[in-house]
Amino acid sequence: MKLVRVTLPFHLCTLAGAADEVVLAVQPPVSQTTVLDALESRYPMLRGTVRDHVTMKRRAKVRFFANEEDVTHDPPDQPLPEEIASGEKPFMIIGAISGG
Amino acid sequence: MKKVRVLVGTRKGAFILTSDGNRRDWAVSGPHFAGWEIYHMKGSPVDPNRIYASQTSSWFGQIIQRSDDGGETWYQPGSMGEVKDESENENPGMPRGESNKFVYDTSEETGKPLTTHQFYDGTQHPWEFARVWHLEPSLEDPDTVYAGVEDAALFKTTDGGKTWKELAGLRGHESGPRWQPGAGGMCLHTIVLDPANPDRIYTAISAAGAFRSDDGGINWKPINQGLHSQYIPDPHAEVGHCVHRIAIHPTRPDVLFMQKHWDIMRSNDGGDSWFEVSGNVPSDFGFPIAVHAHEPETIYVVPIESDSLHYPPEGKLRVYRSRSGGNEWEALTQGLPQENCYVNILRDAMAVDTLHPCGVYFGTTGGQVYGSADDGDSWEAIVRDLPAVLSVEVQVLDD
Repeated sequence: MKLVRVTLPFHLCTLAGAADEVVLAVQPPVSQTTVLDALESRYPMLRGTVRDHVTMKRRAKVRFFANEEDVTHDPPDQPLPEEIASGEKPFMIIGAISGG
Repeated sequence: MKKVRVLVGTRKGAFILTSDGNRRDWAVSGPHFAGWEIYHMKGSPVDPNRIYASQTSSWFGQIIQRSDDGGETWYQPGSMGEVKDESENENPGMPRGESNKFVYDTSEETGKPLTTHQFYDGTQHPWEFARVWHLEPSLEDPDTVYAGVEDAALFKTTDGGKTWKELAGLRGHESGPRWQPGAGGMCLHTIVLDPANPDRIYTAISAAGAFRSDDGGINWKPINQGLHSQYIPDPHAEVGHCVHRIAIHPTRPDVLFMQKHWDIMRSNDGGDSWFEVSGNVPSDFGFPIAVHAHEPETIYVVPIESDSLHYPPEGKLRVYRSRSGGNEWEALTQGLPQENCYVNILRDAMAVDTLHPCGVYFGTTGGQVYGSADDGDSWEAIVRDLPAVLSVEVQVLDD
């Protein structure tokens, strides 16, 4: 298992009762899918908030950053950079910026 | 002495207003779920401390919250370990976290496999869940709740909100492919349970119209005869009417009052036929409608200028009351702003309490919640400057 750091947006922190960064044990290979599986297992109240319950597709206004890159549109099962898998840098879940 | 609790849903959180039975001094609690849209909160009639809330976000989707202590603490039912996940090998025994899961039923056994409705451009469009607009707890069981959702469908929980199942016969009505969204989406926003007949349920959908089930929600029929809507090709069509709200008095459930997109309507036969009772209101466009708790012929509306101008006529915030079941209306203005007022009052944002005299409450998109402790004769702002108010419900509690 890999220990992966994940940062959460404010509203998901309050929903989960968690800090803005959590550490999750993730089954390799470390990808968006396995990170989110681990997140939803540890915090079941977050199911449906980052990705759809049924299709498992990312919600439209959620973004993923990894190692200073926007990986939102990468294939969900594509391995994340080693900096994420090693815990050196966090996998960041971001609420899309709104205008106004 | 009785106590009163007003549940207020807003664009940026929930607020709970409490007072003793005099309804003069109010305490404000909140925001709960700060930053989230709270479309609706409602307590169980048989267990008033059991309150359900619809918490939504265009970023993070739908959340169902539940309180068992009158709104002091909240949790997502099913996420606390009450429902174990038996299906996922990697995490056996973990909570399933399905209280937020609203999935349309397309099964052969119970669902009608209708998967499209009419979209803005006239094409057929798949049903896509957006949010829960309205939660209606059962009149008999605190664990049973109905949820009206966008895209329009009716869901039901019988386990206190841990899991939800669609009553697919409504969406599966043969008129379903002809339903289409209004400007605010295609939402099921009104659920009325008949206190005299547990099998009878009324719903209203924008912009499809009103529907009734006489078998507990399995089968449905449109009940729009007598409605007239100039904005659809056939103004008398079976479906397509933009019903904004339906209200009944519990002692006379066959009499329905409706605020439609335009027109205030009445039915004396459980919705089988409707006739207009707009009478002398300055505008018969509006959103909420409510019935006095003790006088079945006394009803309240808040006229809005038009479908293009969502604010009170002449900038005067006036509740209109009819003591004759419609047609003759009087303006109630004492304590309400009578100049420069350009707020809206949304469909779920008006409620009455069961005290004597009857209390009437409504919230505005300007963030005020007004209350009257004398049948509507006079008003005062319980609270001002909240986020835009989406819903108002009221409970009367034993001290």
